[in-house]
Amino acid sequence: MFAVELARGMWTTLKSMFEEPVTYQYPEVKRPVRPRFKGRHVLARYKNGLERCIGCALCAAACPASAIFVEASENIDRRRFSPGERYASTYEINLLRCIFCGFCEDACPTEAIVLEHNYEMSFTSRRDAIYTKERLIVPVPPGGDPTPMIVPPGSFDRAIPEMEDPD
Amino acid sequence: MSQALVSLTIDGVEVTVPVGTKIVDAAKQAGIEIPVFCYHPKLESVGMCRQCLVEIGRPKIDRSTRKIVRDKNGDPVIEFGPKLETSCTTPVGEGWVVLVNSERAIEGRRQVIELILTSHPLDCPICDKGGECPLQNMTMAHGPGKSRFLYEDKMHLAKHVPLGDLIFLDRERCIQCARCIRFQTEIVDDPVIAFSERGRKLEIVTLSEPGFASYFSGNTTDICPVGALTTADFRFGARPWELNATASICPHCAVGCNTMLNTRREARSQGRVVIKRVMPRQNEAVNEIWLCDKGRFAHHFASSEERLARPVIKLKRRGRLTATTWENAVKFVVEGLQAAHGAVLGIAGGRASNEDLYALHRLMDGLGGRAVLHDQMAGGEFVQQAGVGPGTNLADLGSGDCILVVASDLHEEAPIWWLRVKQAAERGAKLIVANARPTRLDAHATHILRYDYGVAAHMILGMLHEINHQKELDQYASAETKKVAKVVSKANNVVVFYGSEGLDYAASHDLAQNCATLLAASGHVGRANNGLVAVWTHSNTQGAWDMGVHPEPGGLAAALKGQKAAYVVAADPAGDEPLLTSLLEQVDFLIVQGLFLTETALAADVVLPAQSFVERDGTYTNGMRRVQRFFPAIAPNEGMRADWEILSAVAAAMGIDSARPSAAAVMQDIAAKNRDYSEVNYPALSRNASQWPHVGGKDIYFGGTAHPNHQGLGVQLTPRVERQKDISFDWAAPRKIAHKPRYLMVPITKLYDRGTTVVQSQVLGPRLEILRLYVNPEDAERLGMIDEGEVEVQWDGRKQRLRSVIDEHVPSGAVLVPRSLGVPLATAVDVKIRPIAL
Repeated sequence: MFAVELARGMWTTLKSMFEEPVTYQYPEVKRPVRPRFKGRHVLARYKNGLERCIGCALCAAACPASAIFVEASENIDRRRFSPGERYASTYEINLLRCIFCGFCEDACPTEAIVLEHNYEMSFTSRRDAIYTKERLIVPVPPGGDPTPMIVPPGSFDRAIPEMEDPD
Repeated sequence: MSQALVSLTIDGVEVTVPVGTKIVDAAKQAGIEIPVFCYHPKLESVGMCRQCLVEIGRPKIDRSTRKIVRDKNGDPVIEFGPKLETSCTTPVGEGWVVLVNSERAIEGRRQVIELILTSHPLDCPICDKGGECPLQNMTMAHGPGKSRFLYEDKMHLAKHVPLGDLIFLDRERCIQCARCIRFQTEIVDDPVIAFSERGRKLEIVTLSEPGFASYFSGNTTDICPVGALTTADFRFGARPWELNATASICPHCAVGCNTMLNTRREARSQGRVVIKRVMPRQNEAVNEIWLCDKGRFAHHFASSEERLARPVIKLKRRGRLTATTWENAVKFVVEGLQAAHGAVLGIAGGRASNEDLYALHRLMDGLGGRAVLHDQMAGGEFVQQAGVGPGTNLADLGSGDCILVVASDLHEEAPIWWLRVKQAAERGAKLIVANARPTRLDAHATHILRYDYGVAAHMILGMLHEINHQKELDQYASAETKKVAKVVSKANNVVVFYGSEGLDYAASHDLAQNCATLLAASGHVGRANNGLVAVWTHSNTQGAWDMGVHPEPGGLAAALKGQKAAYVVAADPAGDEPLLTSLLEQVDFLIVQGLFLTETALAADVVLPAQSFVERDGTYTNGMRRVQRFFPAIAPNEGMRADWEILSAVAAAMGIDSARPSAAAVMQDIAAKNRDYSEVNYPALSRNASQWPHVGGKDIYFGGTAHPNHQGLGVQLTPRVERQKDISFDWAAPRKIAHKPRYLMVPITKLYDRGTTVVQSQVLGPRLEILRLYVNPEDAERLGMIDEGEVEVQWDGRKQRLRSVIDEHVPSGAVLVPRSLGVPLATAVDVKIRPIAL
């Protein structure tokens, strides 16, 4: 009996020697993630470069870990960050606290906060773990303008702009 | 007041309420919620929003016999109307059956919400009201999940309409309930906003210049059932659910409005916790659910960058202020006080809390010195004796009662008292307004008395003559005083408010004394809703009197004579009166405790940074002698300490008394020493009672977003006449006025002055009073002055150039100058006026 068991075990070992290895040589090789993977957040922009975030702090309200801190300010046409009257002047996520549940994404009325696919978060200090708005916001898309931008009066007066369907 | 009662059934609950009660209130009292938008328990019903629809069944009445039809069992037959009815406009009837939660009523209300939401933008995420919005709550509780109206057809209207400097309108959010307009018209009689156009074009417009010019405008944002009206101060400041709330007392005037400080940690304030807004806290006996705009918006001084943060001492020879530790500072203070050998004077301001004033009094007593109050108004002892009794509520005054307001412009000095006095007059109370000039309150007065500045007390003696018929008083009596004296003596309840406009210490003392005597002679002291109320200039002046800290009759200059050391707490005598600067500098050792580096602090040897009312706890005693407690809302900067704490530490270091661990402990000392305060302790101050109407929490739809009071209603002190029957009141012959001055410059109070506590609030900036000299047209002509011209005013060897305004409301022979705007003037003075040719 013992010999059979041993042989079967050895056979498994032998078989795996010829299998393709599952180990990825991280960081040289990065494993692709699933489309619905919840990684680090980003703050999205519209095509014209305006920030989607309107500083409503519903993400902070939904966050079960109290990881998000938002402070809003008023937009003016000479200094416009987002459509409508309000934008986030401070937006911080403490990634040490974040549990990547994605409630913030669900709560967001403008689809501004998205849990993207970046999972490479390592910090050497607690302060580094707090991602500020500058670190979270995506770069200005081609053809768009950086914020704050100067816009003609009345061009973006809707509080929540007509929603563009997510593609 | 007994009232006929009516019984009815609301959703199966038997309710008995007074005749005339609206169904919506009756249901609320029975714990049944009827959603409302336009209805507000403090306003007249209008039935504009239709949100309160219910089914009403009335007993069937036989038309021929006029008798109630009964069924086989003998029960009345109930007949329901064909349509739903608004419960906010329908007064209850005997035997009615109201169905709030019937299928028909629920469906009716759901459709009303659907209709209200047709043009509502639903921008709750960016709305300041989001989170404490009645429309949001009602939609969740009673509304349909989906609208049948087309999203594309929504109205798009202006979202950023400043109605004034303080209030913004979002036209899309407005549901046209008119609560704000009705508040301004019915409650505060400032009809400065109104509806324009009709139907879907309807919008709120301001009729005044500057826009929304009312001292009560902030209250409209509390009762607005949507986010249509928001304040400039809180605009996008925070979401309501992120705020912490701490109970406090407004430090700006003698009313002592109960407030709630909403705080939040803020990145733009370097991570400090800051006050985001001040909200009214319900106290139906003090401020109901209202707050004036000064109380609401002038809170920024507490978080000012200019606050003192560390103790500083000045070594005289070097003349430079150097920061030091508390240990060193206290040691330095102790040495300085010891060197004075008892020749020490404590000077306190009316902003200090009872605990601070008691601790100062205790320290000065121990040193062999004394403590005085930096104030010009007298009469606190008469308020102690003949103040209003426990149970007083101005809302109880009405027909058959009388209110006398003398030498005060309540609208500017104590807006909430003005509001409540005016409402009492509207309920039928006789209102006698006596002042040297017309004031806002005159419009609601039944009797107006005029006198020359400085002789207010004569008027009261004239009235007293009619009651006690003393021969000596003949000279003061006139037909007018006779008439109003009758009103006073006939009234069931009399409350007298006295101020100090145009009066110095002696004159206000006489006025207070004669008012108290008048009240005693007519039998209006020693019970609720009767007595004397002082319109003090500061929040805790009455507390200072109660703690034994009185103003010096001869003024501070006299009190400072021969003093080697002075200890100034919560006052800036040098800033208020530049002539005092040199006197304060002559004192060997000057200690100043306060929030800012004031003129007085600049002259000091030691400056000790004190905590403001938002950083500590303590109590204020308001002008009606209600002791109320405020709580710490913000953690203080490490370098700051509470006034009582510093004083107690100094007293301990000098071996006078042991240091007290808390403000509550100091209050225990006060209660032990002061008979009037024997019932006062912190637990007693935190006692509550249920109040009507319900506000805040789940009742924001009903009473608005004012906070309910869970932190205590305070303790109304008992006037001494109620306890000591042997107190007698005698009138004082007013001092003769030596000569009639050519021109008397009288300081008057304006709500938005430029004092340290006000100027730091930027939102109030455009509303602040501008320094001007108000002159009577005849005097102006005699002097050859033009409107908006420049004049030079001379008094006491001082000169100042002022812009003059010709105003017919100014009495002849007087010129008025608002306080705290740059003319350091405590009381009325003779002046020489010379127009400056352009």
